[in-house]
Amino acid sequence: MKAAVIVFPGSNCDRDIEVALRQSLGREPQMIWHRETALPALDLIVVPGGFSYGDYLRAGAMAAHSPVMREVVKRAADGVAVLAVCNGFQIATECGLLPGVLLRNASLKFVCRDVHLRVENPYTPFTQQYDDGEVVTIPIAHHDGNYFADAATHQSLLDHDQIAFRYCNRAGALSADANPNGSLDHIAGIFNRDKNVLGLMPHPERAADPALGGNDGRALFDSLVAALS
Amino acid sequence: MTTSPGATAITPAVIAQHGLKPEEYDRIVAAIGRAPNLVELGVFSVMWSEHCSYKSSKKWLRQFPTAAPWVICGPGENAGVIDIGDGDAVVFKMESHNHPSFIEPFQGAATGVGGILRDVFTMGARPIANLNALRFGAPDAPKMRHLVAGVVAGIGSYGNCVGVPTVGGECTFDPSYNGNILVNAMTVGLARPDRIFYARAAGIGNPVVYVGSKTGRDGIHGATMASAEFDEKSEEKRPTVQVGDPFTEKLLLEACIELMATDAIVAIQDMGAAGLTSSSCEMAARGGVGIALDLSAVPTRERAMTPYEIMLSESQERMLMVIAKGREAEAEAVFRKWELDVAVIGRVTDTGRIVATFKGATVLDLPVEPLADKPPLYDRPWTPIARSRPPVPTLPETSALGPPLLSLLGSPDLSARRWIWEQYDHMVMADTVARPGGDAAVVRVHGTRKALALSSDCTPRYCYADPETGGRQAVAECWRNLTAVGATPLAITDCLNFGSPERPEIMGEFVGCVTGMAEACRALDFPVVSGNVSLYNETSGTAVKPTPQVGGVGLLVEADRMVRVAFRAADDVILLIGATTGHLGCSLYARSLAGSDAGQPPPVDLAAERRNGDFVRGLIHARRLTACHDIADGGLLVALAEMALAGDVGAALGTSPAAGPAFWFGEDQARYVVTCVPAVAEAIVAEAKAAAVPALRLGVTGGNDLTVDGVERISLLDMRAAHEGWFPAYMAAPSD
Repeated sequence: MKAAVIVFPGSNCDRDIEVALRQSLGREPQMIWHRETALPALDLIVVPGGFSYGDYLRAGAMAAHSPVMREVVKRAADGVAVLAVCNGFQIATECGLLPGVLLRNASLKFVCRDVHLRVENPYTPFTQQYDDGEVVTIPIAHHDGNYFADAATHQSLLDHDQIAFRYCNRAGALSADANPNGSLDHIAGIFNRDKNVLGLMPHPERAADPALGGNDGRALFDSLVAALS
Repeated sequence: MTTSPGATAITPAVIAQHGLKPEEYDRIVAAIGRAPNLVELGVFSVMWSEHCSYKSSKKWLRQFPTAAPWVICGPGENAGVIDIGDGDAVVFKMESHNHPSFIEPFQGAATGVGGILRDVFTMGARPIANLNALRFGAPDAPKMRHLVAGVVAGIGSYGNCVGVPTVGGECTFDPSYNGNILVNAMTVGLARPDRIFYARAAGIGNPVVYVGSKTGRDGIHGATMASAEFDEKSEEKRPTVQVGDPFTEKLLLEACIELMATDAIVAIQDMGAAGLTSSSCEMAARGGVGIALDLSAVPTRERAMTPYEIMLSESQERMLMVIAKGREAEAEAVFRKWELDVAVIGRVTDTGRIVATFKGATVLDLPVEPLADKPPLYDRPWTPIARSRPPVPTLPETSALGPPLLSLLGSPDLSARRWIWEQYDHMVMADTVARPGGDAAVVRVHGTRKALALSSDCTPRYCYADPETGGRQAVAECWRNLTAVGATPLAITDCLNFGSPERPEIMGEFVGCVTGMAEACRALDFPVVSGNVSLYNETSGTAVKPTPQVGGVGLLVEADRMVRVAFRAADDVILLIGATTGHLGCSLYARSLAGSDAGQPPPVDLAAERRNGDFVRGLIHARRLTACHDIADGGLLVALAEMALAGDVGAALGTSPAAGPAFWFGEDQARYVVTCVPAVAEAIVAEAKAAAVPALRLGVTGGNDLTVDGVERISLLDMRAAHEGWFPAYMAAPSD
């Protein structure tokens, strides 16, 4: 499997993803600078977290128009897997890879903490090593993670099993208390219809090493390696 | 001189506006042999400001031990540097941004973080952790919620965007900060010992290169503002607060680190306080050379900026560097890649003078030495502090423990700080192995088995009651917090926040605190490698409590030997390490009874501190402890409650005979609570005795309550509600 991480000016989780990918993959992913207009042959493209272009205008809005993202969109259409984490998720919604938008957190504050997530669809290359309904603990760190979509889009997500993860409590139950940012229907991450693009606000790369307080994110990278190798 | 900028006459009023005393002006005239023009006066005013020159403090700072075999660079550079072996060095410093944060809390605090980050990466280090120390006024003081919210959001916005985790800090409330909050920020970075970059200009003819944001009119005279008291007109100073752009900082950081991998950079310094003036003067002074600047070449973002404004602007995210001749194109290519403004704005000269031209005319021509190396130094009059203190109220030894424990856990100074640190990205860089909320934050040295323990400490109420003891305690507590996770404490940075040095009692506080700190640093082999002095922290004649903040760095050679504060499981034995006399003076318990601070602070026995700490660290290294927590504010029972809450495991505690509140809430120093499996408890107590370290078995972990002597029962549920409840409730209350 060949993996690459896109690096924008202002990306700051690029190294963290690199470390997590290397651990599951056994070799280095390629780091690709945002000005590249041609991509090598790849099986997985990661759009990492951070503050691309300072998140000026709107989180992810400027990165969505960078030359490299045009290539990423093309590759995704060809079926290449795209993992978009946090700011990457914001970029993916801005450039149309995924439906919906990420609004300012309902608290209006940045929030960094562990959250519980319920695995809603384990039948994808990203999630095949999780169980259906499994509750995992993965950190979030964002100011704009409040997922929103109109009713038709939401219904379409439900109809096509596109919801990947929902915020929940320790027991897996959905509640307002367990929703850290006010997201519609507790949505923490979604797939595109073809299940080759995953966008999520939580940071699986920060939970792929027991020394960091959790290892529940590791299965996501292991899933990708198993599915795409 | 071919022009006199603006032909502004240098009147006594103009001199006073620049914060210079008449005798200081006379000294300038004597040093340069003529009257300065306005640009030159401005340059002198910032270079001779308290902030840049340390003119009131230098005499006393010389007491600090600054050397040790592991110290690579002590005070005097942009930051201190220590060696942690295996080709790794740690670069760190703490700095204040008090006045700007009071005037404009979000931007003031944000740019404080930006400035300290630059101090660290300018030396060739990649920042890996930020800490802070926040001192707010009484919770119900006017504007205080607004200040708390703004400062926390500002710190978060900057560090989060740059992508450096904010891993620890302190936050307390006291009315002495009502009109002058303190915002101290610390950055810790990693470098290679053979790739440290210094701010020493060298190489006659080498280009002086400007990189980063364009220069605007923001922050003009910030250093002078930081060296003056506040009054009711301070709001008028809002235009002197800078505005931060963390995105540009991130680009600047990456660009500098990329260029530092080559040998194109001869010298580098960030344009922090006093901007282009201090960076050029200090680089020239340290290198023993001169610098000629063409101010017309400085990238500006506003029209018609004058030489005076360009020299004194404190616009953020700017760096000045000396590049090796012939390497300009290489440097420029890196900065263009990162989309940063870059311009050659001068050359290194052999004149020993700082000379600036603007549109062909010389606007400034001064010898470097008096500016940077010969500021007036003051031996300010001071009075030793011997404060008569209200006595600690007497209380019956049979008093209940539950209600005061819950009230302390839910008090402004002891309640959980989750509301704050959840707004900071404390995990980015994926090396934070001990998150906020413990004794010290712990971050791994990336790609190694090593980790750094980091802590920021000071107890201002002790410093106010008895400055020397308070100074000693600040250092000792920091050393203890690093020890409590298992780290070997290596060195400190400091940020000394005091009122006006022109008042003998404030100078007395300063002298006392520094003397106590120096003594503790010597006794604990804990040298000072960098620091910052912030004086004039007073408003309309009311000074802040003396606040000599200490930021410490310790090393864990093997990160996985670290222990945490949380009770790990049921049935572990709980031991109290260190002597307990039940000292209630200056304790939070006494404050809760008396309504104000009472009595004298606990004495600090540095020999006991070292003995007890070395003993505990040895146990941690040998993997014989399951948890450890230092005992500080609130005393023993508060420490036990924090361990129980962190682990969600209760404990059955007791002494024979049963002890009273002084035992459970006294703030005796040099103490730790540790836990271990039952099989080793007896041996540990025996070894402690042999090492002359007091050790007392307090009980066993388990259950959902803390029980004391079988009579008191305090539930984890109640403790958690009190502990977690105060901060969010305070911030959610109707705004004032």
